[in-house]
Amino acid sequence: MKSCLIIDDSRVVRKVARRIIQDLGFECLEADNGYSACELCEDKMPDAVLLDWNMPVMSGLEFIERLRQMDNGAHPKVVFCTAEIDMKHIERAMSAGANEYIMKPFDNEIIEAKFIQIGLLDRKSA
Amino acid sequence: MKITDFEIYKDLLREKSGLLLSQDQSYILESRLNPVAKKWGYDSLEAMTMVLQGVPDEDLITDIVEEMMMMDTSFFADEASFEALKNIALPQIKDTHKKKKIRIWSAGCSSGQEPYSLAIMLKDAAAQFPGCSFDILATDISDNVLEQAREGLYTQFEVQRGLPIHLLMEYFTQIDESWKVNKSIQKMVSFKKLNLMHPFTKMGAFDVILCCNTLNHFGKAERIDVLNRLADAMTPGGFLMLGKEDTPSDMPERFKAVPETQALFTLA
Repeated sequence: MKSCLIIDDSRVVRKVARRIIQDLGFECLEADNGYSACELCEDKMPDAVLLDWNMPVMSGLEFIERLRQMDNGAHPKVVFCTAEIDMKHIERAMSAGANEYIMKPFDNEIIEAKFIQIGLLDRKSA
Repeated sequence: MKITDFEIYKDLLREKSGLLLSQDQSYILESRLNPVAKKWGYDSLEAMTMVLQGVPDEDLITDIVEEMMMMDTSFFADEASFEALKNIALPQIKDTHKKKKIRIWSAGCSSGQEPYSLAIMLKDAAAQFPGCSFDILATDISDNVLEQAREGLYTQFEVQRGLPIHLLMEYFTQIDESWKVNKSIQKMVSFKKLNLMHPFTKMGAFDVILCCNTLNHFGKAERIDVLNRLADAMTPGGFLMLGKEDTPSDMPERFKAVPETQALFTLA
């Protein structure tokens, strides 16, 4: 089973995202900031990451920059999922190594569509 | 909704648009037509239905038909078919039939996501088709959706359904919380109002016709009639792309499915 790490400082957002992503067949892990997420990744690299931008301790941008430096850090497909919805933020995220970008609010169709686009799900199983 | 009232709408929609409603869709009828009744100043949907039994205003009928014909759509709604179009249909038209000016018709284009997806795909794959030009005509029965299509302005929700972020970055401009299709894409598409139940021979012949998620809402006789007229509107060697979920079992024998595709057809 593929795994997805959900990183967001909002418990409600993590809960909603977890329900959607579990329904897509992923095992989910959670972290409420980038630093805790780095520790989880050092322990076991996930296949996918759903990543908020603004979080205490370590932001989503700092997290992805560190992640991409780690051993096997290129492996996870990273989807930003943030209320930062302007082009400058999107460009910064993509330059830092994100694979896709979701502008909050999101729903199950959007997450599923993005996961298909970056090959985390195939079209038939979706 | 009373069965007698439902039958009035069912007959009206079938006659005017080919749309075939089943009884379990009466809730869609109510949710979509209540705002129309309100717009026309009726106290209730029942009051509007009473008027329809007399000699109703043609504009009211147009509003009802347009509202009911609005289809849910998204960018690259059926990605596999778009890929088949790019990798199978268009190379054949270009190489086998030596065509440089390729005419494409998006029939039932709704709010424009389909023809713009097509234009974006062609722009993105320009290197595959050197020397080719593409003329995309998009038609729909509804003035309301055509207005949105022409404007090319979409909400954050709409652009996130089916459109990869790199294509959004390249071919759209953000305006507040909306996203507008760039002019380079908009100018590839022209829009026109058309009811598929009416003749369309004057539009000429097309190398590719897309008619996705429209015909599955039609009655069988109307669907076969439209498919036959679409076949008449195809150039020799042309292709028809249907939605993967609306490929009918009663496809006319004039069409031949393209192997290893879900909803792509040529003329037999």
